[in-house]
Amino acid sequence: MALAATKNNKSIALKRKGKLKEFWRRYKKNRSAMVGLVLLLFILFCAIFANVIADEDAVTRHNPEIRRQGPSAEHWFGTDIYGRDIYSRVIFGSRISLMIGVFSAALSLLLGGVLGAVAAYFGGWLDDIIMRIMDMLMSIPATLLALTLVAALGSSTTNLVIALALSNLPSFARLTRSSMLTVVDSDYVEAAKAYGARNGHVIFKEVMPNAMGPIIVQTTQSVSNMILTASSLSFLGVGVQAPAPEWGAMLAEAREFMRQFPYMIISPGIFIIITALSFNLVGDGFRDALDPRLKD
Amino acid sequence: MSEYNFNNSDKDGYVLEIKDLEVIYETDLETVHAVNNVSFSVRAGETFGLVGETGAGKTTTALSILRLLPDRTGKVTKGEIFFNGENLLELSDEVMRKEINGERVSMIFQDPMTSLNPIMNVGEQIYEALKYHNPEKKTKEELEKRVEETLELVGIPKKRKNEYPHQFSGGMKQRVIIAIALACKPELLIADEPTTALDVTIQAQVLAMMSELNEKLGTATILITHDLGVVANMCDDAAVMYAGELVELGTVEDIFESEDHHPYTVGLFGSIPNLDEERERLQPIEGLMPDPTALPFGCHFQDRCPYCFDRCINEHPQLLKLSDTHSIRCHLFSDKALEVNHD
Amino acid sequence: MTEATHKDTPLVEVIDLSKYFSIGRKSELHAVDKVSFAIDKGKTLGIVGESGCGKSTLGRTILRLLEPTSGQILFEGEDITKYSKTRMRQLRRTMQIIFQDPYASLNPRKTVADIISQPLIVNNIFDSKDKLAERVAELMEIVGLATRLSDAYPHELDGGRRQRIGVARALALRPKFIVCDEPVSALDVSIQAQILNLLMDLQDDMGLTYMFITHDLSVVKHISDEICVMYLGQIVEKSSSRDLFKNPLHPYTQMLLSAILAPNLSRRKTKKGIVHGEVTSPIDPTPGCRFAPRCDYRMEICTKADPEFREVEPNHYVACYKVEQDLGLDSYISGNQNETGI
Repeated sequence: MALAATKNNKSIALKRKGKLKEFWRRYKKNRSAMVGLVLLLFILFCAIFANVIADEDAVTRHNPEIRRQGPSAEHWFGTDIYGRDIYSRVIFGSRISLMIGVFSAALSLLLGGVLGAVAAYFGGWLDDIIMRIMDMLMSIPATLLALTLVAALGSSTTNLVIALALSNLPSFARLTRSSMLTVVDSDYVEAAKAYGARNGHVIFKEVMPNAMGPIIVQTTQSVSNMILTASSLSFLGVGVQAPAPEWGAMLAEAREFMRQFPYMIISPGIFIIITALSFNLVGDGFRDALDPRLKD
Repeated sequence: MSEYNFNNSDKDGYVLEIKDLEVIYETDLETVHAVNNVSFSVRAGETFGLVGETGAGKTTTALSILRLLPDRTGKVTKGEIFFNGENLLELSDEVMRKEINGERVSMIFQDPMTSLNPIMNVGEQIYEALKYHNPEKKTKEELEKRVEETLELVGIPKKRKNEYPHQFSGGMKQRVIIAIALACKPELLIADEPTTALDVTIQAQVLAMMSELNEKLGTATILITHDLGVVANMCDDAAVMYAGELVELGTVEDIFESEDHHPYTVGLFGSIPNLDEERERLQPIEGLMPDPTALPFGCHFQDRCPYCFDRCINEHPQLLKLSDTHSIRCHLFSDKALEVNHD
Repeated sequence: MTEATHKDTPLVEVIDLSKYFSIGRKSELHAVDKVSFAIDKGKTLGIVGESGCGKSTLGRTILRLLEPTSGQILFEGEDITKYSKTRMRQLRRTMQIIFQDPYASLNPRKTVADIISQPLIVNNIFDSKDKLAERVAELMEIVGLATRLSDAYPHELDGGRRQRIGVARALALRPKFIVCDEPVSALDVSIQAQILNLLMDLQDDMGLTYMFITHDLSVVKHISDEICVMYLGQIVEKSSSRDLFKNPLHPYTQMLLSAILAPNLSRRKTKKGIVHGEVTSPIDPTPGCRFAPRCDYRMEICTKADPEFREVEPNHYVACYKVEQDLGLDSYISGNQNETGI
């Protein structure tokens, strides 16, 4: 081999800045993603240190003497119709809402992602069966489906998460399938098969990273959607059971008094908005930072 | 016509005269010098070949003639484009759109697959072009008749006018596109790689049709291509473009049969496998085209040129006239030059 | 298996290979139809044809990236069409592919070093990272890529460099046979010449065997020892590269050659009258020569039965009744009437 490199060529081609480090370097440059990250950390902080920054007893303690009081030094966000401290309820509510949102979105992503990936990669009859079932599920409105599922499974937070995940399954499966289909036929996937890569390697190393963009965005968006759906289910009485402080349930309770006591609705509303916004911004930031083509 | 009517250009029978054209693409981050000091002219009935590789500035030159450069980034910073004596760069957008583009100057794009509207039949698409540019106020029937005539002109039976683009093959689609371009009998046709996406036998048919039409209609044509074979078979005059400049300009005889060439032209020929010779190594041009955001001060070809010497780095070469028709932008020919064409 | 036993066996031999795709319920597209040829070790077979003639499908079928409908593929004398998935995966080290589009054939999320090292990692070639890195650096040097580019992503590089990455990836497993599927058609001429020279140097140095698929006749002549001309899924003519251009026999080959636009003024503006008609698609083909509808020399028999692909001159194979007639060969139809249906 006249052209072959000399044996003492020690130039290390595989040294590379850590992938994580590079990801962070790119993520940092995106200002709105950084804002999202700060907001998300704030919400996480509230959820993790709820018992430090708020009073757990105040969450459920009825206190008829101080009903419907506006914000004050003692009750930062005011009190609700039963005289409960809204601040403590909102802070502890972040634990429940975040858990419902994150777990149901993750479960939905996992199941829908696998189904969609299998349908796209193997195609044929498997694709037909999976996608027809998804079409059937999709023809039922998501909230109605979730409602039916919780009613059948019995109301508990776990069942609520399962119901929300299942009702969102079809959209995840469809999205994963379509974004994978654009990648599955590409030449680099064929090249991987040509050098003897197994299906697992092809799906996870070649196809998935390139199909991920829209899926990440959908996942983070669905976290906020799930929180909102959960709250409407709570409102219907099949979600989180009162008196647990779930943001949506708090909104539903306060809805009647929106005119007279708007503060009751503002603080849980703002927390829902902050959570939804932070997930969306972080999701967009992730997508962009993971794509080397958008570098710099 | 207008006050921009230059008599000297009409006298020579030039349909198009480009003088010192300079085009940049400007973004916040960088400035791409896409076309630099390009001058050439095209006579009526003549086919002018513009040859070069990706990024040489061929398409940008064409788009600036039609004033179709991307609005926000593309800018003509210098130069004049005379079309029948009228400076196109000074016309209003409305006059350009209504009276020049599609009517007196037409353009054919490379990809026949995406240039046609998939939900309109081909007859309608030609009809639209005719209706939009209809200074003589022809009636619907007359226009319909023109549609059929135009289709037959490009070798498509008129009964196929009600068919949709997906019912046509690639070659047929390109014929339809040429039919649309020629519908208004333009004085200048710009064809940007019209056959690159086609198979060899289909390419031969489309090119044969184009040269036949060229003879019949007397349209001046600018043929943009990377294929020297197409130039040899189609063009009367040709220019070789490199990094935004014309590096060689002449008749096809000058380009294909003269002794003197720009080193880049030599490299282009050396890169093409020769059909008459046995298997042997090609003589490619090593290296890459310079970054158009940071063109070298001297000759743009200096990094890849085997004959590069001090002067090439320190002084930008001018287009040197070797004969009435043949010019080369290279310091190697400075003692052979008749006169210097100052940019 | 020792080298000696294979001295006369071609590296790759294809016998009556077919690949049909079903279209809708009843129709079949005969993308590759009963194709036979052999490629000797260290040689290049050019496959030339227009778009839709099945040349890319043929390349992928030979590598079993597509499963053949029928026929045999012999690699070093062994039929690989019956190989199990595991066995096939092992064989993949010896046969590789280089793709046409240097933009689409590289994973945009991987660095150059990642892409080149994938085949080595997947096949567990090296146990240490250092050895892997050394091999990647060596491969980059072989194909003329500066090692400083190892961290770059494909989109940061130009077409020629990207195609060099594709070549390095194909070479990583030290293959014996490489299918080159239009490796230079997406590149500018000057870059095209650089890649062609690289491929030829690699062949000389490593004794590689190529199947070179292209639509460009001057490229195929330049690189090939032998050339097959394909038309609608079938090989219509095969001969040495020199012979084919000097003495094309099949009317389709003649049409192709007359359509070449040479970069000189010798045939300027001459009538190229014999080029006409268009390629149709080989869906449920009827018996007879597939080129007959475009052929100037069409005879009655041409649309009745498939012409035999036969050796009409030493090492020059053609499937055409007209050629048989001209050369005074016995027409074979009498004995083969029953074979015309597919």
